[in-house]
Amino acid sequence: MKFNVKNFSKQMVSKISSSSILPPITAGLILAIMFSIILLAGCGKKDGSTTLSLSEDAASKVFVPPGKHDEFYSFISGGFSGQLAIYGLPSGRLFRVIPVFSVDPEKGWGYTEETKPMLMTSHGFIPWDDSHHSELSMTNGVPDGRWIFLNGNNTPRLARIDLKTFRTAEILEIPNSAGNHSSPFTTENSEYVVCGTRFSIPINELDVPIDSYKETFNGTVSFVKIDPQSGNMSVAFQIMSPPFDYDLSHAGKGPSHDWFFFSCYNTEQAHTLLEVNASQKDKDFIMAVNWKKAEEYIAQGKGKDKEAEYYHNTYDEASHTGKSEILKTVKMLDPKDCPGMVYYIPCPKSPHGCDVDPSGEYIIGGGKLATVIPVFSYSKMIKAIENKEFDGDVGGIPVIKYEAALHGEVQKPGLGPLHTEFDDKGFAYTSMFVSSEVVKWDIKKLEVVDRAPSFYSVGHIMIPGGDSKQPYGKYLVVMNKITKDRFLPTGPELTQSAQLYDISGDKMKLLSDFPTIGEPHYAQGCPADLISKNSVKIFKIDENKHPHAIKSVNDAKVVRNGNEVRVYLGMIRSHFTPDVIEGVKVGDKVYFHVTNLEQDWDIPHGFAVKGMNNSEMLIMPGETQTIVWEPKVATVYPFYCTDFCSALHQEMQGYIRVQPAGSNPEIKYYLGNK
Amino acid sequence: MKKITKILLIVSSLAMITAFVTPLWMIDLEAPQYPEGLGMQIWVNKISGDLNTINGLNHYIGMKKIEPDSIKELTIMPFVLGGLIALGVITGILGKKKLLWVFTVIFLIAGIAGGVDFYLWEYDYGHDLDPTAAIVVPGMSYQPPLFGSKQLLNFTAHSYPDTGGWVVIGAGLLTVLLLVYETKFNKTSAAKVKINETKLTSQDNRVLNNTLAQELKNEPSLA
Repeated sequence: MKFNVKNFSKQMVSKISSSSILPPITAGLILAIMFSIILLAGCGKKDGSTTLSLSEDAASKVFVPPGKHDEFYSFISGGFSGQLAIYGLPSGRLFRVIPVFSVDPEKGWGYTEETKPMLMTSHGFIPWDDSHHSELSMTNGVPDGRWIFLNGNNTPRLARIDLKTFRTAEILEIPNSAGNHSSPFTTENSEYVVCGTRFSIPINELDVPIDSYKETFNGTVSFVKIDPQSGNMSVAFQIMSPPFDYDLSHAGKGPSHDWFFFSCYNTEQAHTLLEVNASQKDKDFIMAVNWKKAEEYIAQGKGKDKEAEYYHNTYDEASHTGKSEILKTVKMLDPKDCPGMVYYIPCPKSPHGCDVDPSGEYIIGGGKLATVIPVFSYSKMIKAIENKEFDGDVGGIPVIKYEAALHGEVQKPGLGPLHTEFDDKGFAYTSMFVSSEVVKWDIKKLEVVDRAPSFYSVGHIMIPGGDSKQPYGKYLVVMNKITKDRFLPTGPELTQSAQLYDISGDKMKLLSDFPTIGEPHYAQGCPADLISKNSVKIFKIDENKHPHAIKSVNDAKVVRNGNEVRVYLGMIRSHFTPDVIEGVKVGDKVYFHVTNLEQDWDIPHGFAVKGMNNSEMLIMPGETQTIVWEPKVATVYPFYCTDFCSALHQEMQGYIRVQPAGSNPEIKYYLGNK
Repeated sequence: MKKITKILLIVSSLAMITAFVTPLWMIDLEAPQYPEGLGMQIWVNKISGDLNTINGLNHYIGMKKIEPDSIKELTIMPFVLGGLIALGVITGILGKKKLLWVFTVIFLIAGIAGGVDFYLWEYDYGHDLDPTAAIVVPGMSYQPPLFGSKQLLNFTAHSYPDTGGWVVIGAGLLTVLLLVYETKFNKTSAAKVKINETKLTSQDNRVLNNTLAQELKNEPSLA
């Protein structure tokens, strides 16, 4: 790696002037001296190049030889792409982007008749969302490799992705919510996945003046029940809460199993110029919710049925078809009626991350504007509740005294602590957005033991299993918001990136940078074999329950019913059955029900028609997908396979003739010899 | 027949029942695109494995589809094997050396006939190609090896006995060995009798010698 003076100087200026609070002139002076040293050192080298202090064997540590597999899967949220991307660790190689909340014309997601229902909401069909956080399903507090959840931030939704097929299996809209940001964190056995409102909104009366915010707006946190067998999601209950911004969350574990913790900012309850008005108080809150208590209150009938309208979309693997159901009610709990269910813990200042260590005893707030990292103790919190060590209440929710719940503060950690993950040796790693670094510290002793720069402005970080009971403390992935000069430039719009650090030793060692899709927020990682062994290779054609599937080429046909023409196409290397189709006229609605009859691994076929106002479809072996075409001009249209399937892929094509509107063409179709 | 011969014959015959529940033969195909392997197993009454995939690939070179329903050997073979097992067991029970001869000869004929039939079947599939096939390589045929490995375009084909096949081959070899042992054993036992008789009186000797000569005359020759 070539030494980059500009980059280095920028780092040093920010580091020197931020951490030791030296006046910029002094910092500049130090820098000037360092430069001359570096230049002198550089001159001494014969090849004229100077390498950055990368660990010498970094290359071999991230090198996964061709044909070999990575040790870990990582699932990095796609941010404003709305998708979920899968990378291998330590290589950083991108394997697949799973379409979740956004349409994907490459795969037909959101374009085929089967997948359109998945993107339905109470606002209609939405082709996009902003996916921030991923969370693997858990059993006994560790990832079990069954599903991964992803939040939709903009139009509040929660998605479940099946890790056998790596496909979105379910999307649930969250009612009474906006900015579904503190999601999709889950309890130790994925009893619940939570959704908290980043934006408070009017909930009881919908059309209100915005300046009545404090009186008419509310936040909610939703507990979504996960069926332990099917994974099916349903909103079990919501908790009405004061109009703060509920930012991030994590479930308790071990001793704190029954609790869920949410960070909140804007406890000032500002509705305008939040960057100033929501940054006034020294402390905001961590909201502690006893979900077991909430369950009791629901059992007692304390949950009020609240009218709502929200979509529940499920994709059935047997019929390869998604469907939407519209739900009309939700159970709402009011903390005022439910003593002992919700508490606030003061937390400095505008906390983002809200993270629970592997033991379940320590809760760490990442106050973006705080100068310390507060570490709360679960056992002290319980004692404080027992002893009623409260500082009054907010909206009927008791506020626990800061010191009563505090284990201690990490002093001078850096600037802009955001998010914390954990290793298996008692250390926490906190990202520092402003000072652009990761800080490693001892949880019990509250001492910083190491720090490593990130390039640049790290948001979330991830250690495989790092928010579970059992972290795999080998690698740390850092997800950066800014990359500037880290990669070849691509105009004003640059990639975001992840960086990989070796954390197996005392010191963090930067191993590699790799670009990511969209903007990565949170990620998850787990040992590869937890998931790889269950990965589906094909769909069995005999088990295809699609109502328009064909099980063999002998069933291929073209059927007219009024203006609807259904084409039942079979695909097998390297032809369509049929590949000559006549009998369609302008004004018809043509449904191509295309079945891939292959039963061999990694032989998908694609399907596209000239001029079709729609995407292509990729169809996996044994699968059936449908795309609708409404041709406007009478002529002959070619269609073809878009996924290079065989040596004769280029021959895999067909023609469909469209005759003028009002004509009465005879349906004709064949393959090869008439 | 000696007791040990009888037991081994019955056990090895019964062991061939294995061939009803495991494949007789396997043909494995190796190509870069198939790291997971590709192959078919020939059983006494069916063909299993990646038949659809192999048929799919074979259509490029115009090979006929391998359709187990149209292979009559798969309906005949269970009876042949069942008959062999039954004859082996009967031979063991009755312990007649003549029957052992009959059994061995039938077994060998069945084995050779099976091999020849398999070769012809492979020959037919490998040579009877559709002239309109997409891939026609002049002079190229695709007959898989009868036993061993062979390169066929991008595939290396391996053809070897599978579990059931090995058991049948083993039983066949054992039968031949038993026959050899039996005939050899009888010769040595006759020699032993000769040595023992020297201790007898001359008259007894004469009588015994006559009897022995008679017996040896009756014994069919090994040649």
